[in-house]
Order: sequence, then structure tokens, then C-alpha cells
Amino acid sequence: MDVVLLSRIQFAVAAGFHFIFPPLTFGITFIILVLETLYLKSDEAIYKTISSFLIKMLGLIFVVGTATGIVLEFSFGTNWSQYSRLVGDIFGAPLAAEGIFAFFLESVFLGVLLFARNRVSKKVYWLSAFLVFFGAHLSGFWIIIANSWMQTPAGYLMEGGRAVLTDFYAAVFNPSTVIRFLHTMLAGWITGSLFLAGLAAWYLLNKRHEAFSKILLKVSLIIYIFAALTQFVSGHSSSVQVTKTQPEKMAAFEALWHTVDGAPLALFGIPVESEQKTYLEVSVPKLLSLLAYFDPNAKVLGLNEFKPDEKPPVFLPYVSYHIMIALGSLFALLAVVGAWMLIRKTVYTARWFLVALIAAIPLPHLANEFGWIAAEVGRQPWAVYRVLKTADAVSVVVPAWQVLFSLAMFSLIYILLFVVFVAILLKIVKKGPGAAEAY
Amino acid sequence: METLAFLQTSWYIIIGILLAGYAILDGFDLGAGSLLPFLARDDEERLAVLNSIWPFWDGNEVWLVTGGAALFAAFPHAYATVFSGFYLALMLVLFALIFRAVSIEFWYYDIKRRGLWNAAFVAGSLLPSLLFGVALGNVIIGVPLAVSMDFTGNFFTLLRPYPLAIGLLGLSAILMQGVTFVAMKTDGAVQKRARGLFVKVWAIFIISLALSFAATVIYMPESLAGPYVWIAAAVVIAAWLLCRRFASAGRMGLSFGMSSLGFAGLWGIVGATHFPNLVRATGDAALNITIFNASSGEKTLTVMLIIALIGMPIVILYTAFVYRVFRGKVMTAK
Ligand code: HDD
Ligand code: HEM
Ligand code: HEM
Repeated sequence: MDVVLLSRIQFAVAAGFHFIFPPLTFGITFIILVLETLYLKSDEAIYKTISSFLIKMLGLIFVVGTATGIVLEFSFGTNWSQYSRLVGDIFGAPLAAEGIFAFFLESVFLGVLLFARNRVSKKVYWLSAFLVFFGAHLSGFWIIIANSWMQTPAGYLMEGGRAVLTDFYAAVFNPSTVIRFLHTMLAGWITGSLFLAGLAAWYLLNKRHEAFSKILLKVSLIIYIFAALTQFVSGHSSSVQVTKTQPEKMAAFEALWHTVDGAPLALFGIPVESEQKTYLEVSVPKLLSLLAYFDPNAKVLGLNEFKPDEKPPVFLPYVSYHIMIALGSLFALLAVVGAWMLIRKTVYTARWFLVALIAAIPLPHLANEFGWIAAEVGRQPWAVYRVLKTADAVSVVVPAWQVLFSLAMFSLIYILLFVVFVAILLKIVKKGPGAAEAY
Repeated sequence: METLAFLQTSWYIIIGILLAGYAILDGFDLGAGSLLPFLARDDEERLAVLNSIWPFWDGNEVWLVTGGAALFAAFPHAYATVFSGFYLALMLVLFALIFRAVSIEFWYYDIKRRGLWNAAFVAGSLLPSLLFGVALGNVIIGVPLAVSMDFTGNFFTLLRPYPLAIGLLGLSAILMQGVTFVAMKTDGAVQKRARGLFVKVWAIFIISLALSFAATVIYMPESLAGPYVWIAAAVVIAAWLLCRRFASAGRMGLSFGMSSLGFAGLWGIVGATHFPNLVRATGDAALNITIFNASSGEKTLTVMLIIALIGMPIVILYTAFVYRVFRGKVMTAK
């Protein structure tokens, strides 16, 4: 097998596995912050009990996130060394800023959260919760900048084949940074809040820790409802942004083979690239044009406009994009139902709803992974959009067998980690809040 | 000095500080992990040792993450050459770091497989402690490079006598950090064992130092010319002597401080002998990767310098604050 393909698979495995954990961190640190704020204000011990329990789980989640994040950080040098040489001038900066501004903050104060409840004042403890929340989201911000720059590069000039920074602000706030950041953070809040809502639902179904679970369910559900509904707006903005800045990606998302005025929005279909046809297509006429340009007859570029060697694959982006949106719609539905039940105060007792919450726990993860697959595969064949091809980004000195070896090792290690992680998480959940502390 | 050269030199120093910070801080938890089998006899004692490093190790590792990212941002060619050239060795480091990161937590909760996670933690601490030094030794003495700046050797190129000597020195400095830290943070049987172990580690350190010195005299005598090397070396020796004195007097905090100072001195030696190189090329000095031919543009270096000058003092302040919060002995079950 060739090095480029192996390196791509390895990166996808490493990034995909890493991205199981950060979204949980975003959501859970948010909810911890809310609970610590309630505790600081009301001084009621129950908030402290809930928060301490969540912090314990966060410790575990964070550790696996860290272990797998380091792999990604190194992989730009190990597997994408040509990439590093050619765009390091711009791409390295956000990674370094992420370390200096965010990772230190997050991990140093997580130490306080985990082990120093009795060593610092209540206010300092609250501040630590805030800083962990803030640090996590800030790290997301910097890494999203790096990724967005690959999607919609800005603020640079090509000199002697290398990208050289000319405008830091423009590179940081490139056309897709802000919307991608919002979209990803909302995705994280959905993931984390649904996880905790499902957890609380499980306790309620088993009639355990009821006071604890009611509060946790309420807090998580409110955040979930907000995030799941807002995600529609941010998802729409993402699509508009992609249509404008990466038209071939949107054409792949929608399997739009030819440029048309008044493009339809595909709901379902099986695109076949070799035939340039979509089977079983179900679509809403003119809706894509309307959504993207506020004009039902606007022209949307099709895949025929692009050179064969500059076109993304269609099948994977199409499928991933549509699954993500289907899940997003499901989440919005669940949010509306949840809001209704919260207002009617039936939420703590309706078995079917509690079961649905538990069943929904893995779904945001699927949406996250499919979202990234759509975004990253839809950017192909470019590593940096219209600047550097993925095939030219790979390390030239690393032989294929070495990448195959590391890929096999990572896969094995990640499977092992995941199994143990889930087992331990279940154990912590089964033991429940109030079990002996670590320190 | 013209602006660009000033920026490049500043980044050489900043990355040196980040890596030295990593060595000193993560050094104590890597060292404690490597020595765990000698420090603790049962789970309760193991927990005492683990508790002494648990709140810190993650923050400490960020020094490496940030050092690596700063190298990427400031000297992308050096980052690209070393990380792709030392592929297999770095993968081993990564596997080790993954296991080390998760195994404290896993050990704590997964009681049935404690033996496995204990072994993973020890191996995951020991292997990087050794390999970091080997990698550093290689970039100091030089590796085969092409005109494209790419590494042309193989895995075994890395295992030459000089890098191995530096690897040993790095490992023993990390063990010193670990043993003095554990002696400072614990009491009772664990502390007693740590203090006994200290004397041996202290002796191993001086042997490794002598070995590295001999290797330097043989392989690269020219690097011993400037005054800075000797100043830094004097700091190392003085710190190492004081470390022993303080340890015998039972002043474990100060002996940990001296061990850290000695480690900083080692980095001083490296910085002085290596400047302005980042990766030396074997044979042809014209192929050396230096701060001048490997750096990012002026704009990036300037922006990053501003970021570092704002960010790092804040990091150091709150890190110091949090270490103060955790001052004193760890609470053991007994
Ligand atoms: C809970 C997770 C989740 C949910 C419910 C959604 N997404 Fe999403 N989506 C992501 C999680 C995600 C993500 C993992 O966060 C991605 C990958 C890259 C990114 O910026 O966000 C993503 C990417 C992504 C992209 C690609 C951006 C690019 O390539 O630049 C688009 C166009 C959308 N999404 C659109 C939507 C729409 C229209 C949704 C309708 C409800 C939606 N997303 C729901
Ligand atoms: C963490 C969530 C992410 C996931 C799940 C993800 C997923 C993927 C996938 C599936 C691929 C393979 C695409 C293909 O070539 O077929 C890929 C490639 C890649 N992605 Fe991402 N990605 C993520 C975040 C990022 C971020 C934040 C960056 C930049 C900082 C990034 C940079 C890259 C690079 C360098 C490659 C390899 C070159 C390429 O194939 O394009 N990714 N990613
Ligand atoms: C592909 C590019 C990525 C790289 C190189 C990368 C790098 C890293 C590294 C080195 C760590 C460990 C830091 C530590 O020691 O604490 C980490 C953890 C983390 N990363 Fe990533 N990461 C990537 C993608 C992402 C994305 C896309 C996000 C979110 C939008 C993200 C969010 C986080 C967070 C919040 C943590 C803290 C640990 C955790 O919460 O699990 N990362 N990452």
C-alpha cells in the first residue's frame, strides 16, 4: 500500500478516536461550571456532590483525550513532514498558541478540580472550574483555527513554494473559523449534555440517587435543548459558508453533478461516481439555492466545473453529510419533546423518554465523526485547499511498512483503551456519586 | 544584530527553556514512574507515590506539547526533519506516553488488572526517559541529511555510542528528579526507601556524566571550546554535590531543588555547544539545519514572540500558585 493512503488512514483513525473525548469535555466542563456556580450561590451540598462526581468522570475522559491528542500533535511532523515544511510558518502558530494559552490552563487547573476541593477556598475552586471550562474551549478555538486555515486559507503569500504569513489576524479569522468554532462547540455541548442527561435518566429508571439525578437531568436537558436547536442555525451557516468558499465540497455533499439554476436539496440518494448519477434520489426542488443564496433560482456550481484531479470524492462526503443532518434533525426533535416534558414536569417519570435519552447517548458521537468525515474528505484532494495537495504533504522519508506498523499499533492500542475506558466509566457510574475520593 | 537573527536566537532560547522546563517538571513524574518498583512494595505505597505526582503530571506534559508546537511554528524544517526521520523511535515514545497517561487512572479503578497497568506505567515512564536523551544526542552529534534537509539514515543510525551515552545521562537525571521529588513529598517507609535509593541514583548520575564527557571528548572535542559550556558544567557539578549534602541533612526540598538546577545546567551545556544548530549533519557542515536556514518568516516569529511573552509568564505564575496549593506531604491512607 502506498504511504499517502496509509498516512491518511492513520490520521483519520487518530483524529477520529481523539474526537470521541473533546466533545464530552466541552459539554461536561460547561455543566460542571453551572453546578459550581449554583453551589457557590446557594451553598447547597447537593450541587457539590453532583459536580464532584462529574469531575471524577472528567478526569478519566480528559486523560484519554490527552493521550490521544499528543499523537495528533506529533503526526504533522512524523507523517506530514512536507506539509510542515511548506505551511509550518502559518499552521504551527495556532498549535503553539493552543499550548501556551489553553492546554496549560486546562490541565493545571484540572489538577485543582480533581484533588484540591479541601485545599482552596470556595471562590478559588469555582475559579478553577471556570478556567478548566475556559481552557477547554480556548483549546478548541485554536485547533479549529488551524483546521479552518486548511479549509479556507487566508493571510499568507506563497514565496519559493512555501506559505509565508503576511497577516496574522486574517489567518486566524479566516472565512470559516468562526462558524466552524460555533458549530463544533455546540456539537460538544450536545454530546456532553446528552451524555449526562442519559446518565441521570439511567439512575432515575433504576430509582437510585433521585434528588441528584433530577437536578442533573434538568441542568443537562436545558443546555441540550438550547444547543440542539441552535445547532440548526449554525449548521445552516456552515452550509452557506461551504457553498461560497468551497463550492466543489458542497457539490459533493449534495451530489450536484452539473451546475444548475435553482438547485434542489437532496434528502436521500445513493450517488455513484463512475456514472455521475444519484440513484433513488429524493430531493426538494430549488431548496439548496434558496438556503444558500436566499434566492430559489440562484446558480449553484456542480462537479462538472472542476478539473478531474481537483474534485473531491462524492460518496463518502454525501453520505456523511446527510447522516449528520438526519441526526441533527432527530436531536432537534428530541429537544422539542424534552422542552415540552420539562414544562409539563413529566420528564422525571416518563419511562419511554428516559429510555430514549439513554439510547441517544452514542448518537452525537456519530454526528461528530460524520461531520468531520464530510468536512475533511470533502476537502480532498487538498490538504490545504487549493494550495497543497494531500499527496504532496506526506513525509518523504518514511517507508510504507513503518506507517503500516504504527497504524496497526495505534489501532490495537485504541481498541484496548476504548474497551477499558468504557468498562471503567460504567464502573464509576454503577458505584454512583459519593463513593470514596481518590485523594 | 538584525531583526530576523534576533528573533531566531530568541526562539532558540525559548524552545530551550520549554524543553528544559519539560525535562525538569515532567522529569520528576517520569522518574518517579520509572523507579516505582523500587519505591513501593504494595498497593498502598504505590498509591502514595502516584498521589504525589497525580495532580501535576498532565500539566507537566504540556511543556512537551508546547515545546514541540513551538519548534513546529518557529523552525518547521527542524520539526519536519526530526519527527519524520526518527519515525519509529518517536512512535515508541508515543505508544509509551499513551500508556503512561492512562495507566494511573486505569490502575486506580481497574483493580483486577492492577499488575498490567502498573507495568504499563513503569515501562511508559522508563522508555521515553531514555529515548528523549538518545534523540537529543543524535541531533547534537549529527545525523545523515540530504540537501532537501531530509534524514537519510535508518533506525540503527540512531543507536550510536554518543547518543546512547546522552540517553543514559538524560535517564539518570530524570531518575534523580524522581527520587528527590518522592522523598520530598512522602514520609514513612516510602520516604525511607526513596532516600536509600537516592544514594545509588546519585552515583549513577555521576557515572553517566563522566561517560558523556568522555564521549564528547572523543567524538566532538571542538564543542568544549567556549566558556559557557564550562560555566554550565560547573553549575551541574556544584548542584550535584549540594544535592547530596541536602539529602543527607534531610532537607529533601532543597535536594530536589538542586537536582532541578543540575538538570537546568545540563540544558545549558546543550544550548551552549549546539548553538546555532538545530540538527547537525554528519560529514558536511553546510547541510546542518540551523536556526537561520530552518526558521519561519519574520512575521510569524514576531507574532509568536508576543504570544510567548504574554503567555508564558502567566503560565509560570499560575503553575507556581498551584504547586503551592499542593505543598506539603501527600496524605497516605495510614
Ligand atoms: C453533534 C454534532 C453535530 C450536529 C448535530 C451537526 N453537526 Fe455539522 N458538524 C459537526 C457536528 C455536528 C462537527 C463534528 O463539529 C463538524 C466537523 C467539522 C466542523 O466544523 O464541525 C461538522 C461539520 C459540518 C459541515 C462542514 C463544514 C466545513 O466543511 O467547513 C457542515 C456544512 C455542517 N456540519 C452542517 C450541519 C447541518 C446543516 C446540521 C443540521 C442540523 C449539522 N451540521 C448538525
Ligand atoms: C478531531 C476531529 C477530526 C476528525 C474526526 C478528522 C477526520 C479526518 C479524516 C476522516 C481525514 C481523512 C480524510 C481523507 O483523506 O480521506 C482527515 C485528514 C486530515 N485532517 Fe482531519 N479531522 C479532524 C480534525 C482535524 C483538525 C483539527 C485538523 C488540523 C488541525 C485536521 C487536519 C487533517 C490533516 C492534516 C489530514 C491529513 C491530510 C488529509 O488527508 O487531508 N483534522 N481528518
Ligand atoms: C487534529 C488536530 C488536533 C491536534 C494536533 C490536537 C492536539 C491535542 C493535544 C496534543 C492534546 C493534549 C494536550 C494535553 O496534554 O493536555 C489535545 C487534547 C485536547 N484536544 Fe485535541 N487536537 C486536535 C484536534 C482537536 C479538535 C478538533 C478539538 C476540538 C475542537 C480538540 C480539542 C481538545 C481538547 C479539549 C483537549 C483536552 C483533552 C480532552 O479534553 O480530552 N482537539 N489535543
